[in-house]
Amino acid sequence: MAATYNLISSQVLGSSAASVTFSSIPQTYTDLVLRISARSDFSGVVENMMFSFNSDYSGSYSDTALRGNGAAASSVRDTSALSIYWSAAGNISTSNTFGSAEIYIPSYTASQYKPLSGIGAGETNATTAYMGATAGLYRGSTSAISSILISVGNGSNWLTNSSFYLYGIKNS
Amino acid sequence: MATATYVPIATQTLSTSASSITFSSIPSTYTDLRLVFVGNSSAANRYLTLTFNADSGTNYSMTYLVGDGTTAASGNRTSDTSLYTNNYGGSSITIPQFITADIFSYTGSTYKTVLCTTSSDKNGSGNTDRVAGLWRSTSAITSITMQYLITGSNINAGTTATLWGI
Repeated sequence: MAATYNLISSQVLGSSAASVTFSSIPQTYTDLVLRISARSDFSGVVENMMFSFNSDYSGSYSDTALRGNGAAASSVRDTSALSIYWSAAGNISTSNTFGSAEIYIPSYTASQYKPLSGIGAGETNATTAYMGATAGLYRGSTSAISSILISVGNGSNWLTNSSFYLYGIKNS
Repeated sequence: MATATYVPIATQTLSTSASSITFSSIPSTYTDLRLVFVGNSSAANRYLTLTFNADSGTNYSMTYLVGDGTTAASGNRTSDTSLYTNNYGGSSITIPQFITADIFSYTGSTYKTVLCTTSSDKNGSGNTDRVAGLWRSTSAITSITMQYLITGSNINAGTTATLWGI
């Protein structure tokens, strides 16, 4: 049987970059999964990832997040951006620690608004660890997703050794 | 070629609305099951529930963690007649919600543990949920039925559910 969980593309940064783009995403899968390990130059502990699809930079994104920092749980919301909360490390996090995230985009070719799920976490052996679960929605278009841009929420660049893997899952 | 370990067992995409979706005759040859649901309901803010092997006894329970954009909360439900995949419902008539359920050791002779995620953002409302569920049965799971509660709410046309074996 053919593999149903396939690597489409990957990018491991050899130098800092403001964003990472996956383009020309094949339309032959059922779902997409992004698995990311990232750290930014943000002068804080916790970084957010910002997502845009199909070069749509309008306010057609929203999200609802649940997050915890080792001391308390909270919930926040965006209505004009898609941020996967607390999914990357900022640059005053413990040295050599990167945030980890998985973003699942089901039915990315279906002619409908696109819901998605994200989970991000960073354990730093410090009093401020973090994790967040995010429900996201893209409602700018019902077109299939053919490109994904991942940019930094608070800082300016993703740092060297940040890695971004895009997988396709096929149900037939 | 290596043997595939993430195998689609069945997919159903509704061409017309339906009161439920059922996967039956689930093979017992996998270790775990994963259910992926993308859809919406004919009435808003309904709960998608799971029933295993058509068991409608009070054998289901769950503990949830939820965020609604303002507040984080946790609680539980006990002795339900189906497994709630979330506690806030969050379904919409028009905006699809994304729900997953990982069902561990579904052929084992112990009670069955299920981890659910619900992503129901609606641009200014909605919720994200994580649920630990339990079905108190020692039988292998051979069928799964998805249904929106409260009674009278259908699953809309266009909804897709896929069952994976791992």
